[in-house]
Amino acid sequence: MAVKHLKTTEFQAAVEAAPLAMVDFWADWCGPCKMLSPTVEALAEQYEGKALVAKVNVDEEPELARAFGVMSIPTVVFLKNGREFDRKVGLLPAQAFSKVLEENL
Amino acid sequence: MSYDVLVIGGGPAGLSAAVNVRARGRSVLVVSNPLEENPLWRAEKVDNHLGMPALSGAELLKRFRRHAEESGVDFREGKVLNAMRMEDIWYVSIGSDMENARAVVLAGGVARGKKYLGEEEFLGRGVSYCATCDGMLYRNRPVAVLGFTDTAKKEADFLSGIGCGVTYFHRPKNCVIRGGSTVEEVTCDGETVQVEGVFLLRPTMAPAELFPELAVESGYVTVDRRMATNLPGVFAAGDCTGGPLQVSKAVGEGLIAGQSAAAFAAEQERKQSR
Repeated sequence: MAVKHLKTTEFQAAVEAAPLAMVDFWADWCGPCKMLSPTVEALAEQYEGKALVAKVNVDEEPELARAFGVMSIPTVVFLKNGREFDRKVGLLPAQAFSKVLEENL
Repeated sequence: MSYDVLVIGGGPAGLSAAVNVRARGRSVLVVSNPLEENPLWRAEKVDNHLGMPALSGAELLKRFRRHAEESGVDFREGKVLNAMRMEDIWYVSIGSDMENARAVVLAGGVARGKKYLGEEEFLGRGVSYCATCDGMLYRNRPVAVLGFTDTAKKEADFLSGIGCGVTYFHRPKNCVIRGGSTVEEVTCDGETVQVEGVFLLRPTMAPAELFPELAVESGYVTVDRRMATNLPGVFAAGDCTGGPLQVSKAVGEGLIAGQSAAAFAAEQERKQSR
């Protein structure tokens, strides 16, 4: 499954419907975001059917970025049925994200 | 493009490493601040570099740089913010861009000065090390720039340009960052401003921040005789590995690190073609 690109209008419904979700806030002018991208794509494949792995472009969806208080990108937010329970800021190895997913499946 | 070796730092160690990578016929990119921002630039006279006595630091740096340019080294001005290895390739982010290489030589000098109170606590919650990366998230909001280089002023201008209200502190000595869940104010040398973001623009990142799993001892990168660190394909040279913080030592270590990195890149290439 490819990574889902979420818009503001569909965001709430999408994360509420997911028992577990991981959302990567990014922008195309952000070098570390580009580096994180392959990791997020790999996780989307690895957790297909188990968790929603999505991306939000902070330039296109500034309201969402603001609502989540995203102040540095990449920021990855973890949610259960739409409620945030953890977040990771900055470029981190894949295990940092898969650990959170594994523990909350 | 992709390089055999990427060198972080354009001082004596980094340039020596780059020249020696080229001597082995491999491609190399040096990422660094402008030459004039190297601490050696301000040294009035260096008297113990063999065969080249009584030259100023600036003159030495210019010669080193010219040598590297003539050897076919590629250069890029900027600050490396992150590095990560994926499928045997090191990816390095430079501001809003990215480069990749088979091996990396860390020669960024020593990160001078300790962290400020609140810096770590608010990292990612208002504290940022990169204006061009995070600036857009602070559009139309008040921010402070704590600048420790001349290029920091340019970054402050960039922030003003996109609509941030910028208070600029030039080389502040003592700062405290405060806030609740995010940054609310910063005090530098007695002056307090209400801000939502604090950009700390230092000349060099601490090695352990670039490479989170890098082995470091009392602030210096741990290396073996080949200048190899504990991370595959990462070598280090110069001041970042410890004293004496002098030109000849940096040049010597750069030579070893450059040769080791070139050999590592060649080995990776052989593995891939198999």
